[in-house]
Amino acid sequence: MPPRIRYSTGLPVPTTDGIGHSNFEKQEPAMFGYFLRRVLAAVPVMAVVALFVFLLLRLTPGDPAAIIAGDMATPQQLEKIRTALGLHEPIHIQFLTWVQRLMNGDFGVSLLSNKPVTTLIAQRLEPTISLAILTIILTILISVPMGVLAAWRHGSWIDNIVMSASVLGFSIPVFVTGYILIQIFALNLGFVPVQGFTSISKGIGPFLERAILPALTLSSIYIALIARMTRAAMLDVLGEDYVRTARAKGLDEKAVLFRHALRNAAVPILTVIGTGFALMISGVVVTESVFNIPGLGRLTVDAILARDYPVIQGLILFTSGIYVLINLLIDLSYAFLDPRIRY
Amino acid sequence: MKHLQSIGNLVLKGSLRRHLLASAAVLTAFTAVPAAAQEIRAVMHSGLRVLDPIITTAHITRNHGYMIYDTLLGVDENMKPQPQMADWKASDDGLTYTFTLRDGLKFHDGKPVTATDVVASLKRWGQRDTAGQMLMNYAESLSATGDKTIVLKLKEPFAYAIELIAKPSAVPAFIMPERIAQTPGTEAIKEHIGSGPFRFVESEYQPGVQVVYEKFEDYVPRKEPASWTAGGKIVNVDRVVWVNTPDAQTAINALTSGEIDYIEQPPIDLLPLLTSNDDVTVDALNPLGYQTMARLNFLHPPFDNPKIRRAALYALEQKPVLEALIGNPEYYSVCGTMYGCGTPLATDAGAEPILTENNTEDAKRLLKEAGYDGTPVVLMQPTDVSSVSPQPVIGAQLLRDAGFKVDLQPMDWQTLVTRRASQSAPAQGGWNIFFTNWVIPEIWNPIVNPMLNSGGPQQAWFGWPDDPKIEQMRIDFAKAKTDEERKKIAADIQERAYEIVSYIPLGEYVPPSAWRNELSGVLKSPIPTFWNIKKEE
Repeated sequence: MPPRIRYSTGLPVPTTDGIGHSNFEKQEPAMFGYFLRRVLAAVPVMAVVALFVFLLLRLTPGDPAAIIAGDMATPQQLEKIRTALGLHEPIHIQFLTWVQRLMNGDFGVSLLSNKPVTTLIAQRLEPTISLAILTIILTILISVPMGVLAAWRHGSWIDNIVMSASVLGFSIPVFVTGYILIQIFALNLGFVPVQGFTSISKGIGPFLERAILPALTLSSIYIALIARMTRAAMLDVLGEDYVRTARAKGLDEKAVLFRHALRNAAVPILTVIGTGFALMISGVVVTESVFNIPGLGRLTVDAILARDYPVIQGLILFTSGIYVLINLLIDLSYAFLDPRIRY
Repeated sequence: MKHLQSIGNLVLKGSLRRHLLASAAVLTAFTAVPAAAQEIRAVMHSGLRVLDPIITTAHITRNHGYMIYDTLLGVDENMKPQPQMADWKASDDGLTYTFTLRDGLKFHDGKPVTATDVVASLKRWGQRDTAGQMLMNYAESLSATGDKTIVLKLKEPFAYAIELIAKPSAVPAFIMPERIAQTPGTEAIKEHIGSGPFRFVESEYQPGVQVVYEKFEDYVPRKEPASWTAGGKIVNVDRVVWVNTPDAQTAINALTSGEIDYIEQPPIDLLPLLTSNDDVTVDALNPLGYQTMARLNFLHPPFDNPKIRRAALYALEQKPVLEALIGNPEYYSVCGTMYGCGTPLATDAGAEPILTENNTEDAKRLLKEAGYDGTPVVLMQPTDVSSVSPQPVIGAQLLRDAGFKVDLQPMDWQTLVTRRASQSAPAQGGWNIFFTNWVIPEIWNPIVNPMLNSGGPQQAWFGWPDDPKIEQMRIDFAKAKTDEERKKIAADIQERAYEIVSYIPLGEYVPPSAWRNELSGVLKSPIPTFWNIKKEE
């Protein structure tokens, strides 16, 4: 459901300070209702995703029994394994069994490793989420100031450099960036290991040691994207009357840029950051492969190549849940950033 | 890569480099961890997903099997069966084999290995493995006659029984506790307890990420020196970790930086990066290597016609295929035998068409004689597995040159393995030709070689040749009493197999392994083994 923009005076309200927040507090019960409605609306979305994924997988050629049995299996052996896996049941019975188990919180077990799908996802969650968060932090720290600066000095050499860097960031494939970073920082200088992942529970140092290069690699694309986005949004806002008013009031340039302009330009920037985060959760398989990070992206690709149906189904349901949640959080955050937006 | 190195050096030299090095030293000081147990970190050819070594023929699972399980008998470097967990005696009439377990054998749960565990394990293996099924067909009974004695009684003499129990691939007869071995052959086992030199650490196992093994302290190795799967399996390290690294370049970088110690199969085109590194040894550990081959579908036109199959045999050529697949002649060889060059049964009987270069004219003539009507040949091309993707491209061109109309269909490997099981016509989801590779112990005699099983659509491997002559000769081979007799029958079978084109061997290759020089005692064997290896700190 798109947010409604309500203009309280019929004119755009310059958001210069906490006015929006006091308005927002009064809206809390409505906000909660909206939150509840959105969460409930996610249920049919996920049900459709589940049905679609289930059918799509069954229509894709491929046979988990053949993968389990290996190259030398005879047709009779394959038949027996298929029967044991329940793959001979009619599709609607297989679907109902799966849904019934889901209702009880049971995502099933991997056809290959016999491990519960929830365990498999849980094992891969930390690397993926911690890498995504580190990437987003790096991205915001680098790209937003870059974009603001480029817009502020629109047409200057700074702008040109930012724009060129951003084209470069877009155009270089992540695996090239990854290999170059590995060659310089891991192999030539020996600062960090080449590959692998260390849990944050073992200390921030060991974690960063392995996560910094993949996070930098991944953020190269997002920095490019978000710097451009920030620049465009800022350019729009910097032409507005209230910016001129703020400058005329004698506010220093930093306050104009960051308190007045950037805050008004934040909605589209935040949308891109949010979607980017969701994309990172659902799989950045190339970066994960180059740095050998055991994340969800690799789990997904492995499961698809092996036709491990329960794992693929579980992963897609999980990912769609994450998407719904992140979109909801982004929508809710609009109200914080722009008091004109009400739910 | 050299260029990148120089760019790196150029960018980061002088004061910046010193500054960064100093920061790194500080970071390292903060992040230093206590010295870990002695551990070999290895990158294997694929991830371990299926843990039951009896249900699957996947090599990675077989290798896992050799880590945690032991076998009754092993095979040494002369390809002869040798005692491993047990010694054996055959009765004079060749009808009774008595196996006696050696002392001190224990499972990882602390229980002793008994004869009943062995019987249950062999029976489960006999349900699943093709050669095991053959042995069970010959068996009148298999029973435990004491805590340590197992008696196999045969209905008729079958001299090959010992070879089958000792065979190292694809499904060796691994021994498990009876309660686990009672799992039906169609269901994967849920507990992973063996009596082998390593223990599987289930709590650290992450499919697609890592497999962890610990030295099994109670393992009693044999006294003889280790040789292939026979002899003493002495473990000199505390842990072995198989790190799944899907990207080959990353694995090579990690070996260079010392984060891993061993790569089972680095890609041949990246080998110069390793051979030029003084800290790394590159050597072929698997002395027999692999055979690559093409299989034709006997059920549908045009390859239901023996003459057209012969035309395909003449059209295909080993060298161009090997050049595309491996490239470096140091690691491949042209080989006409279906049993693998260097094996006791190797022979060139009937192999002339595939050993002769530039046979296109003969192929064209045969096609014309056969009255080939231009029926397109559906050739399945896997695009995601580098060891099987070049063959179809070269094969298709060679077939086209000879006058075949080829429909080259790209797909992922898993689609191929499903589709090749279809006996429908190519237009209805079937196929005409595909390519794959075998390790030599899987093809080294007419009993285990799946392509020589000629039992038709019900029994034969995909492609389904139906040839009673070969089937009779395979039975004769199993019953033969002397090595000479066996060799003669094996040669006859091969000659007949080339005549009907059971399959087309396209040459052999030996992929080298690479390891850091901190490791010593890495053994040559058709199975990657981690016993005998020492690691210098």
